[in-house]
Amino acid sequence: MSLESLKAHDSTWEIIAAEIPKYKPKFDDIPSAPLHSLDTLWFQVGGTICNLWCTHCFISCSPKNHKFGFMPREEVMKHLEESKEIGVKEYYFTGGEPFMNRDMLGILEDTLAIGPATVLTNGILIPERVAKRLKAISENSIYSLEIRVSIDGFTEETNDKIRGEGSFRKAMAGVKNLVENGFLPIITVAQTWEDSETERIFNGFKKTLTEVGYNRPRIKMIPPLRIGREKVRSHGYDKYEYITKEMMVDYDDHLLQCTTGRMVTDKGVYVCPILIDSPEAKVSDTLAESFEPYPLKHQACYTCYISGAICHNFSASEN
Amino acid sequence: MQKLAYKKIAVFGGVYNNYLALEALVKDAKNRGVEKLYCLGDLGAFGPNPDKVFPILLENNIEVVQGNYDNSIGNDLSDCQCGYTDPQDNYFAQISYDYTFANTSAEFKSYQKRLPKKIRIELGGKQVLLCHGSPRQTNEFLWESATPNHFLEKLFQNHESDIILTTHTGIHWQRQLSDDKLFANIGVIGRPENDGETHVWYALLTENGNIGIEFIPLEYDSKNLASEMKEENLPQEFIDTVLTGWWTTCLEILPVKERVRGKY
Repeated sequence: MSLESLKAHDSTWEIIAAEIPKYKPKFDDIPSAPLHSLDTLWFQVGGTICNLWCTHCFISCSPKNHKFGFMPREEVMKHLEESKEIGVKEYYFTGGEPFMNRDMLGILEDTLAIGPATVLTNGILIPERVAKRLKAISENSIYSLEIRVSIDGFTEETNDKIRGEGSFRKAMAGVKNLVENGFLPIITVAQTWEDSETERIFNGFKKTLTEVGYNRPRIKMIPPLRIGREKVRSHGYDKYEYITKEMMVDYDDHLLQCTTGRMVTDKGVYVCPILIDSPEAKVSDTLAESFEPYPLKHQACYTCYISGAICHNFSASEN
Repeated sequence: MQKLAYKKIAVFGGVYNNYLALEALVKDAKNRGVEKLYCLGDLGAFGPNPDKVFPILLENNIEVVQGNYDNSIGNDLSDCQCGYTDPQDNYFAQISYDYTFANTSAEFKSYQKRLPKKIRIELGGKQVLLCHGSPRQTNEFLWESATPNHFLEKLFQNHESDIILTTHTGIHWQRQLSDDKLFANIGVIGRPENDGETHVWYALLTENGNIGIEFIPLEYDSKNLASEMKEENLPQEFIDTVLTGWWTTCLEILPVKERVRGKY
């Protein structure tokens, strides 16, 4: 499905998605995942509001999607304070587009005063001025500030087909600004190609990034999550693609993000960064109450199971 | 817990088959008046001829914590459990693991299998916890730029002690925390620290009213190690690291602050 037709359908995509048959596993065959320790704390700091309209977005973010809103600095601060008591190890910020949130730089300052932070961005709102501010914030902290820039093709043609016209050129400008200010951004690429193409695409990215002066590029490839708009773009999960109790035998459940992390939004605490579109994935209003085990009943859990905690900077990937 | 009458101990991590650095360490530590040596694990990996490390450990009565590598080698596992997630990192990790596994004697494997996961000692009235990655997980990476104070304070709460010593990442650092707690990652002696210097690092703990940790740069015959690695057909990337002090592999796991200091 083309970007234009997806946009046209976006307001009614839930109707389209509902037409794709769903498979529900038997209730008594659903395993639960305990929260071993809250190491990774996510913030949906940009809500579902984005300046792009990507065809594979698993929570269907767009300029018009206000399902989740921006999180103000004070609200993030409140959760950061709570996280210190819990002993959280690292902080991640996503959206939507985090840099659309006017409080973002302040939020990063607050966070880097207490621990390492990662921002997942499309790179478009990182002009030189912002890159310099980010550099100053990073240099003022003993902790790492990681910037992850999503780019889905190493050419304008392949990327823009997924992320929208002009997005490649703008994102690469953001990457260049980051690199010139001492960052080594992690280029995050959602796999929309056959496995046999991976090496060619990896090398293509390396070459393109080197050409803009990024000489030792960090590239992370992740599998697409077949929910949200991606469910319409490609296909949803097959009916066998869910986690059963049997599959958890001898499985290292630390690979599942929900065993070591939680996601804070302006609407409360969710089990993980992937499932915020599912109302049942909201686990509590405060972090302290978010420690109950969670049933792995969603088909997106299957991707996490197969590929390892894909949202983490240093997670396993299929490639 | 062993209550030590010693005044000065040396603690080191990650031997990585580097028996030449281990020999140099024993000599250097003795010259500094060290009474007891502790190793925080990962005896194998990276370097040549794993069995050359074994007699040095025994002859010098070195106490060793089990690292992920030792657990793998001792239990005949198929990989090192290093905790890398990038395919390129894992590719090189597997080369050194397969080499180390194939060249470790049954007796040394059995020794590694029996090593304890943690050692607790009391030094100068302080409880010191020795472990590999972290007290809660053998292959946990605790980098300076990715480990918040409040996280470390939680570790101290959950694993009662005054001083916690770890290794696993390959780069040393220490941090003084509230309530007089002291955390240190004591680095490794198996390969240099990705700073363009060929020396490696270990830690001295001295009891003089309080406990202080001093990091010691350790020179060893890196050229000799490199030629032995060449004879063993180990990857040129590993040899380059020994000779230049820059990491060439297993880089993707580094947080940005540590990565940016390196060359690759």
